[in-house]
Amino acid sequence: MDTALAHSAFPTSPLSLTINGKAHSFDIHPWTTLLDLLRSDDLQLTGTKKGCDHGQCGACTVLIEGERINSCLKLAVTLDGREITTIEGLGAPGNMHPIQTAFVEHDAFQCGYCTPGQICSAVGLVNEGHAHSREEIRELMSGNLCRCGAYTNIADAIEDVLGKQGTHPYREAAE
Amino acid sequence: MFNQSKIVGLPVSRIDGPLKVTGQAKYAAEHFEPGMLFGSIALATIASGRITAIDTKAAERFPGVVKVYTHENRPKLAYRDKKWKDEVAVPGHPFRPLENDRVLFDGQPVAFVVAETPEAARDAAALIRADYATDEPHTDIIAEQHNSYEPPVARMKQFLPPPPRGDAEAAFASAPHKISADYVIEGEHHNPMELFAATVLFEKDGELTIHDKTQGSQNSRDHVCGVFGLDPEKVLVKNSFVGGAFGQGLRPKHHLVLAVMASLDLSRSMKVEMTRREMFYLTWRPSSVQTVSLAADAQGHLLSVMHHAVHATSRYEDYQENVANWTGLAYKCENAKLSYELAKLDMATPGDMRAPGAATGVTALETAMDELAYEVGVDPVDLRVRNFIHRDQNQDKAITSKALHACYREGATRFGWSKRSPAPRSMRDGHDLVGWGMAGGIWEATMAPAEATAQLFADGKVIIAAAASDIGTGTYTILGQLAAEEFDVPIEQVTVNIGESALPKTGVQGGSWTAASTGSAVQKAAKTVIKTLLGHAREMEDSPLAKASEDQVVIAEGRLVLEANHQTGIAIADIMHAAGLSSIEEHAKVAPDMMSMMTFAAYSHSAVFVEVKVDEDLGIVRVTRVVSAIAAGRILNPKTARSQIFGGVVMGLGMALHEEGMIDHRTGRIMNHNLAEYHVPAHADIRDIEVIFVDEDDDKASPIGVKGLGEIGIVGVAAAVSNAIFHATGKRIRTFPITVDKILESETVQ
Repeated sequence: MDTALAHSAFPTSPLSLTINGKAHSFDIHPWTTLLDLLRSDDLQLTGTKKGCDHGQCGACTVLIEGERINSCLKLAVTLDGREITTIEGLGAPGNMHPIQTAFVEHDAFQCGYCTPGQICSAVGLVNEGHAHSREEIRELMSGNLCRCGAYTNIADAIEDVLGKQGTHPYREAAE
Repeated sequence: MFNQSKIVGLPVSRIDGPLKVTGQAKYAAEHFEPGMLFGSIALATIASGRITAIDTKAAERFPGVVKVYTHENRPKLAYRDKKWKDEVAVPGHPFRPLENDRVLFDGQPVAFVVAETPEAARDAAALIRADYATDEPHTDIIAEQHNSYEPPVARMKQFLPPPPRGDAEAAFASAPHKISADYVIEGEHHNPMELFAATVLFEKDGELTIHDKTQGSQNSRDHVCGVFGLDPEKVLVKNSFVGGAFGQGLRPKHHLVLAVMASLDLSRSMKVEMTRREMFYLTWRPSSVQTVSLAADAQGHLLSVMHHAVHATSRYEDYQENVANWTGLAYKCENAKLSYELAKLDMATPGDMRAPGAATGVTALETAMDELAYEVGVDPVDLRVRNFIHRDQNQDKAITSKALHACYREGATRFGWSKRSPAPRSMRDGHDLVGWGMAGGIWEATMAPAEATAQLFADGKVIIAAAASDIGTGTYTILGQLAAEEFDVPIEQVTVNIGESALPKTGVQGGSWTAASTGSAVQKAAKTVIKTLLGHAREMEDSPLAKASEDQVVIAEGRLVLEANHQTGIAIADIMHAAGLSSIEEHAKVAPDMMSMMTFAAYSHSAVFVEVKVDEDLGIVRVTRVVSAIAAGRILNPKTARSQIFGGVVMGLGMALHEEGMIDHRTGRIMNHNLAEYHVPAHADIRDIEVIFVDEDDDKASPIGVKGLGEIGIVGVAAAVSNAIFHATGKRIRTFPITVDKILESETVQ
């Protein structure tokens, strides 16, 4: 079969998503990934980064109902009705999420390109509640590469936020 | 010598930080225009040969495709090499995408597809079919080192070895202690997290605004103007945010040429974003083979140093970096012989990657120094201390400053080096063998000509501007700090405009010289504003500053005052009001002090200490501690400075243990062109890293006392790891990266 013909003949599908608290409706091709949809001309949510498109670097990490995922590996049509939070939904320059604030204070980034993915991943990690030590933070953040080598400061930033959460098991484990 | 620091020298958080952590910072591919087109590059699947036929029909028929370019229909571009040579080009013929049927490296562009959507461009590019007449590829540096040659044209004359001094071979032959070994370092790929991309906005009248991933907006602009014969006034290149580069963004990449070509041809705006795979077919750290021979007397004083280095280049250019010369200047030795050659491979031209040359050459030298320490029977730190010299014997010049003793002392103390038991395999932690190793690092402290403007407003607001880039280095912040200090305002009042080709001229951001160069220009521009302000103040009626000279005044709390007596002065707003001005803007230019450069050489130095734990059965290496002690002059911002060193250390750990471009030498193709198979350090690989900045005053390296930090952090790290692995296991591994297979296969020597 002629591939080109298949492409043009392929129907689009309706899709509803809640992105950063706002309802959106789309008609999209089945091959569009969540990452490409977020970074498209339509949404321009370019805080979510493309670093490899293969699920290998974590730069595209976003939260689906609080759970971290690589948006480059999710076809958008499979997410009908779901709630997506991107870096833009976590906070804005005058009103930052505690993890965003901690990243700035601890200089947990340099070029800033992996940073939104690191932060979304860190929020997901906190939600999961599995990180009780610095070692576990490092292990559970290993899906997010940082070529600038900010790992030490990223661990500091996450540890700082976990430590400040009085009810979080991290504090008990640390004490 | 310097103003008492008020904000310079403090650990100020990045002023661009809130934009980066909230996703508001826009990188090259993150600019839009309705109706813009998207480009995708089809890649050669051979390393050497010719395209005999290329079939684009299926791609052209693909829905949404606007045009397909190949060497058969590419618009005519500049003919002469000179037009293609960018600001940091190397000797040879620069690569020209889609120039002809010749294939020079795996992954070379063979076609460029332009379509209405990025997906259509990508999918159509996959339908391009090329037939090739394939030549036998040569990509193995081990085989090709035997066809090496001295570069016929020097990229920079200081990269070429100095003439031999003394008689290194005779001294080596008669010395009581000597070592000589070959060191191999596999090719590395920069892999910044951001993909190379350009957004070309086609404006009315054919003017272009280009968002490019580059370490120099003016270099990209001038390249585009050279290749397309455009007026530099009509091309604006911006690189407000750069998602890492590490040297790969120094020379403009072919995505930029292809994007501009299609934009001009179709009179449309264009976006081209590379894939991760394509990032492996750009500049890379060349694979290298080095021989280092060292000889010493019974006390460890060096009697002879010899270093021969061969590294890869491409068929079409002679890429060069300073690999061997470090061995002639790092330590005191009267007999030195250094040589340096290139070997051509069927690969893309290598390029500068973090501490180009030094990361390679010093890795060999500092591993050899560790071998010599064991041969002589002295502590590795002591061996280095015994051979300390405060002079560059290669150039026979004094050194501006060298607080390396402090690096050894403070680094060793923090690390606990005195508790090291010297014998290999003598330290354990349960099932793990523990190794402690160290190495020295060195990098040149240079500054480049740079210009900047500073503008002070009556209300105390400040705008500074320079074309400089911030590739994650903290440039926005340190320039803001320098201006805030001169004008005595909070940093929030300073707007830093950088990353745009129309701003005052600076060089590309590389070589660790931006802080020294652009920083000095900003400070000079600010001082010039104060001088102009004083001129107006002196003309005021009954001016208390009527007799003040420029070196007597400063700005304090919104007033121009006598430095010796802040009570005497005039409010800035009043001076400007009297002069009928709302602001004062001045331009300044700085350049290296040529007189000083004739007498002095300037380097940053380091000592890095590493602990490894090696699983005795499995050979798995974990780097559990690193202490990096740095002597790099004045530290403008310890927070961003520390991050720079972290970055160097982490990339050095990658060089030591993980990173190598794996080539199938039968086909000449790179096999691991993705981040799952080309391993860069991940969170779990990186334990505690401690950074120490030792005090070092230097009034010659640059006007603001800065030496630069972008490179020094990586230099010596791979050697320190290899030395620690030797200490842990008794296995001396001289091929990098030191992977598990090499540890398991190599023999214990002690």
